[in-house]
Amino acid sequence: MSKLVAAAKKEGTLNVIALPADWANYGTIIKDFAAKYGIKVNSIAPDDSSAQEVTQIQQKNGTSLAADVLDVGGSVATANTSLFAPYEVATWSSIPAGLKESTGLYVGDYGGYMSVGYNSAKFGTITSLSQLLGSKFKSAVALNGNPTEANAALNGVMMANLAEGGSPSSIADGVAFFHKLKTAGNYVPVQATPATIKAGTTPVVFNWDYLNTAAVVGQPASTWKIYIPDNATLGGFYFQAINKNAPHPAAARLWEEFLFSQASVGGQNLWLQGGARPSEQAAMTSNGSINKTAAAALPPVMGTPIFLTQAQATAAATYLAANWAKAVS
Amino acid sequence: MTAAATTETGARPPRAGRRSAPTWVGTVPFLAYTGVFLLLPTGIVIWNAFRRPTGGFTFSNISALNTSAVRTLFVGSLELCVISALIGAVLGAILAYAVASGRQDGVVRRLYLAGSGVLAQFGGVTLAFAFLATIGPTSGILFHASWFYDFPWGIALIYIYFQIPLMVLVFLPAIDGLKVQWREAAENLGGSTWHYWRYIGGPLLTPAFLGATLLLFANALSAYATIVAWEDQIAYVVPQQIGVALISEVGLVNFNQADALAFGMIVMVVIVMSGYFLLQRRAARWQR
Repeated sequence: MSKLVAAAKKEGTLNVIALPADWANYGTIIKDFAAKYGIKVNSIAPDDSSAQEVTQIQQKNGTSLAADVLDVGGSVATANTSLFAPYEVATWSSIPAGLKESTGLYVGDYGGYMSVGYNSAKFGTITSLSQLLGSKFKSAVALNGNPTEANAALNGVMMANLAEGGSPSSIADGVAFFHKLKTAGNYVPVQATPATIKAGTTPVVFNWDYLNTAAVVGQPASTWKIYIPDNATLGGFYFQAINKNAPHPAAARLWEEFLFSQASVGGQNLWLQGGARPSEQAAMTSNGSINKTAAAALPPVMGTPIFLTQAQATAAATYLAANWAKAVS
Repeated sequence: MTAAATTETGARPPRAGRRSAPTWVGTVPFLAYTGVFLLLPTGIVIWNAFRRPTGGFTFSNISALNTSAVRTLFVGSLELCVISALIGAVLGAILAYAVASGRQDGVVRRLYLAGSGVLAQFGGVTLAFAFLATIGPTSGILFHASWFYDFPWGIALIYIYFQIPLMVLVFLPAIDGLKVQWREAAENLGGSTWHYWRYIGGPLLTPAFLGATLLLFANALSAYATIVAWEDQIAYVVPQQIGVALISEVGLVNFNQADALAFGMIVMVVIVMSGYFLLQRRAARWQR
């Protein structure tokens, strides 16, 4: 470890990509890493999608500008393993087997559950998704992006699908739900952002719970609530991967060690403070290293969590490509 | 801004005793520029439209254009461009005529030209959000437009906001070209206002009007940021779908499909341009 720190300090720089400061506490994580090791973190294109991260390293490899590390969705991770270097962090055994590629080509870092964020002062308490079809929610319900493009949006439709009694293998019932939402005049096709929430344009937002917290959307915690349906508890993880041709290979590995560290100022607890659920949460709960206050502040999850398999995610994307625009326009 | 529009180009005769360069030399910078920045990218797009992501030639990208989802996108692009270009052109032309009737060096004219110059470039997130905050269904300050999210009228309204000023800028020089003496001549010969516009003003302005409308059409066709900021969750027009094919993180990335869609847009422009040339030939018969 000390050798790795020395080598990383010698490189002096780390290129990260597609990490918005208000996403899962990444602003603080980058700052803490830079302060702890004296390494300059060069944050490239914070708002890029997972697919654009891969394009960036394909185009910039061989230069000092290529991203060293990626944080990508499952579809992108499994499709691009030839670009990644395998690496097992010190806390490897704490990560559940289902969340890591067996050689460490990609490793689940943090995740959350699909949720509905809403203004409880305006709408009261939401206890089921079918409430959203009521006239109270006129021009109110928005997704985070286009489901044929953004992972969070696809999972938003999938959550509606499960709540409507659909199976993870077919997203048709979810698309039908949004068609009903559109027909009722409740669907808002604008990209939901803190600005649109503040303006009152998107008062009800489907998004990952850690992106739907009052702190992230800039609303008072007393009125901004998060609802996770019991009958549609849909989880999703992001994955870390190291660029095989990273311009700063030691800094990249040190960054991974920091992200998977169980220390009080380590990636796992920092993600937790951002409302995301770190992949080592179970192990940290049993060994007592977890930040208990942050863990208690997570929105409660009652139902049995469902995680999409790669085949299910692909089937959903294919169906959406042919049917989404037709159903909601 | 317009004062220099009609100065003479002071071309001097070549000096005696020195041989002048061949006449085509002057066109080299132009040809090189269009070659590198127009023809080469177009060629690459067309080439890649016929290739597989894994290499090798295929027609599958092109045949994928003929699905109902993609046909809807091309129809959507066409509707939006025609509506916003026609309304923008007509209203812009009327405004330009009003501005031209005022004093050439007046404050009003300068104000409109400066304003048009700024507003013609106003677009993207700021413009879409400005409309959302003013007339959005829930957050509108002015009124709540229930049709704000309807395609194509909601987005066409936003496009027209920058189409009108662009029309004013490109059409005003043509109106300025109308000489007062022609109108006086028509009146001296006993012509009415109708006669003037039917036989003199109209035919003179039609070619410029058609050209400007075509420019507005192309302007709307290639716009991307504004429509994405207006509605991000649904792809209505071809550029949005190209975006999906380039950046989808749910496994729908296909660069060659994006090239095929762009190729479809090129074909669309070629068809519109051909129609324009036919119209232009008819409209400009008096010039020959």
